Amino acid sequence: MTGREGPAPLGSPLPIHPGIFEGQEKMMTPTTEAGLADLVAHARDPLRIQGGGTRDIGAPVQGDVVSTTGLSGVSLYEPGALTLVAGAGTPLAEIEATLAAEGQRLAFEPMDHRGLLGTSGTSTIGGVVAGNISGPRRIQAGACRDSLLGVRFVDGAGRVLKNGGRVMKNVTGYDLVKLMAGSWGTLGVLTEVSLKVQALPEAVGCVLINGLSDKDAVAAMSAALGSPFDVSGAAHTPSGVDGHPVTMIRIEGLEASVAYRAAKLTGALARFGGEVSVERDANKVAAGWAWVRDVALMQGGVGDVWRISVKPSDGQKVIEKLRALYADLGVLYDWGGGLVWVQVPEGTDVRSVSFDGHATLIRSSHETRVFLPVFHPEPASLAALSRGLRAKFDPRGILNPGLMG
Amino acid sequence: MDMPTPNPEVLAKKARIVARLKEVLPVDAVISDEVEVRAYECDALTAYRCPPLAAVLPASTEEVAAVLKVCHAENVPVVPRGAGTSLAGGSMPTADSIILGVARMTEVLETDYENRFIRVQTGRTNLSVSGAVEEEGFFYAPDPSSQLACAIAGNIAMNSGGAHCLKYGVTTNNLMGVTMVTMEGEVIDIGGAYLDAGGLDLLGVICGSEGQLGVVTEATLRILHKPEGARPVLMGFDRNEVAGQCVSDIIKAGILPVAIEFMDRPCIRATEAFAGAGYPDCEALLIVEVEGSDEEIDAQLERILAIARAHSPVELRESTSADESARIWLGRKSAFGAMGQINDYMCLDGTIPVSQLPYVLRRIGELSKDYGLDVGNVFHAGDGNMHPLILFDANKPGDLEKCEAFGADILRLCVEVGGCLTGEHGVGIEKRDLMVDQYLPEDLDIQMAVKDVFDPKWLLNPAKVFPLASSEARRMAAE
Repeated sequence: MTGREGPAPLGSPLPIHPGIFEGQEKMMTPTTEAGLADLVAHARDPLRIQGGGTRDIGAPVQGDVVSTTGLSGVSLYEPGALTLVAGAGTPLAEIEATLAAEGQRLAFEPMDHRGLLGTSGTSTIGGVVAGNISGPRRIQAGACRDSLLGVRFVDGAGRVLKNGGRVMKNVTGYDLVKLMAGSWGTLGVLTEVSLKVQALPEAVGCVLINGLSDKDAVAAMSAALGSPFDVSGAAHTPSGVDGHPVTMIRIEGLEASVAYRAAKLTGALARFGGEVSVERDANKVAAGWAWVRDVALMQGGVGDVWRISVKPSDGQKVIEKLRALYADLGVLYDWGGGLVWVQVPEGTDVRSVSFDGHATLIRSSHETRVFLPVFHPEPASLAALSRGLRAKFDPRGILNPGLMG
Repeated sequence: MDMPTPNPEVLAKKARIVARLKEVLPVDAVISDEVEVRAYECDALTAYRCPPLAAVLPASTEEVAAVLKVCHAENVPVVPRGAGTSLAGGSMPTADSIILGVARMTEVLETDYENRFIRVQTGRTNLSVSGAVEEEGFFYAPDPSSQLACAIAGNIAMNSGGAHCLKYGVTTNNLMGVTMVTMEGEVIDIGGAYLDAGGLDLLGVICGSEGQLGVVTEATLRILHKPEGARPVLMGFDRNEVAGQCVSDIIKAGILPVAIEFMDRPCIRATEAFAGAGYPDCEALLIVEVEGSDEEIDAQLERILAIARAHSPVELRESTSADESARIWLGRKSAFGAMGQINDYMCLDGTIPVSQLPYVLRRIGELSKDYGLDVGNVFHAGDGNMHPLILFDANKPGDLEKCEAFGADILRLCVEVGGCLTGEHGVGIEKRDLMVDQYLPEDLDIQMAVKDVFDPKWLLNPAKVFPLASSEARRMAAE
């Protein structure tokens, strides 16, 4: 498994930055918001918007690179108000270290994509927000977009705009904060983000169940998530670190409370069969959930990796359908079964098996990403609205054009 | 309150519009009698009234679509209405508009405990969503004070919060999908029983758009299992600063209460006179509630009480029974009623960074003296969402205007210290003209550009959210 800040693993099947247009681009790194706005306003050709370059996701984009790494630094941090404001180019690691010094963290547990994608570089908070990158705690604490309080950005016309602010509750005008989260730099270039943060828990615990089938595991996770015990992570894989099925249920909070809930959940989950145990070593629990968060199971593996979001009870049905078509799938369920990571042979379109939800192609060659839509195709009515919004935010179509399809 | 001049062409063809609406709806679902439409002339912001051209009460998504097709074709503005509990005038009609009420759309369409969601028609009240799942031990988390009456449609339009959103989030954090009808009458589905759709986050934009982008007819909502129990403590302090610091220290300590409520002296005195909850007569009072099993509650309260004691409270009251818990909440829950007993009041809704609490309370006190109007403060302290209640006499000429000017000053103060105009009530018509204090023209322009995409003719919920001057060019172009 790759460490959070470690280098990309050796022997990765994908070359680093496999850009088919590589070598023809230059990189620009403005150091002020005004400089960035000027650059965008005067751009004549498409621009590739980049944070730390660790998330090579989306349809390939041609154009000069605009890096936000020059817009770096935490400008405001009030631990007592659970708020932090930082430049979009601030390294995620710097933000996490700043928060950790005050016993706090980002609630949404963003994934480090480097191990899975074989990329190097330093993840930035702007990149995390642009991709709405949300990890296992999403089911309890919300996605990145739910922690995002405000944004400043430069739109495709070079205007500096802001939406939201730095307070927890804000319904003043339309919520473009959420729109910007997960827009992958196609609506604007983020320059500053405000985030709600969370206190680190005093204690953690993980209920482990060995040997469950996918179906029973999803049922067990549903039972845990439908309990009063405030589960902050529910994941399952048919092939854990030792090659056997393991189901993981995480709880966090005060020591007495974690002990109480771990015991209650252990009792409640016994009926699903399998061998139930509780891990209380904080380092082991953290390592286990980093393994889930960073999809370590598929790091260095062969084939394409898809991320499928469905109703939790549908997740294993999608996998059953795929297993009927392909042998040797890599499978990891997160979000109680509602988020399915699957590793399939290169060029496979998992959308060929029908399901209600959406699938995103996270790891594959640039060639595959040219002929397979990376993001789930939208119904015509939604696609028209998205197109309309893009035309307003980026009238010349120069910001990461085509990245989202 | 300035409102745009009603479109004379629309007023002139009322009979024809009503006739067309009657073609697509049951007869009793179209209200056009001049007396009967008065029931829809205002919402909970009762200072402003205007009877609509007509009101319709469709019973299904299809009927909503049929209504909107007619209105789109006839260029008639449409004001969507949930239960009419908006404090911001979010569903106030214009004279040339049709009120589209969802009150007849109250069905539960699907409950799924395994996947933890409920799908409802949006006319259903907030509390009855929880009611539909409580037998299985579940609840819907956002809990606006008006939850007995307010509809999910309005909750989505305003992105409503509530006392317990410190832990569970507001509407947008609990909304998974919607069925929405566009002004053109097209039915679209966004999101569903799964999380975080892959394309642009249209759901995030629709939630909180005050009914200006479409009419949401069905919603998929996240439900949670109820905690095993909950228990409040009450703390009294002799200075606002100390109470504010105590809130900050609790949050910093890593304990996340489900609610931290704050009341100041004028509000405490008013509620004591009204409800007699036995609150101490002090400068500031906090109610902190935590959840879990008895043992978990004990563990959390032990920490919270230790933090409170370090700030030398004048009163610290733990609850040992359901009865005592109810008494602790009694004053807080009757605060609005108590203030209303004294006089008419206007309820504000600005949010501030928690660290600015003492300064903002001091400034509000000074402004209160300047204006000669009393104000009581009761609010969600954990997230800085303030609800100053300004007392005035609606029968006294000039008092309402004075109260509004005072309110506007408080909201500008919220913005000045890094906060915002509205935390959970919405802009509506009430705060429309203050938007320029929070946003630069280009920031408003990009928001209006979003409306251009969803509602190019600017027919949905006219004259709300944006200052009339800012939106004038767009409204003219659309006519």
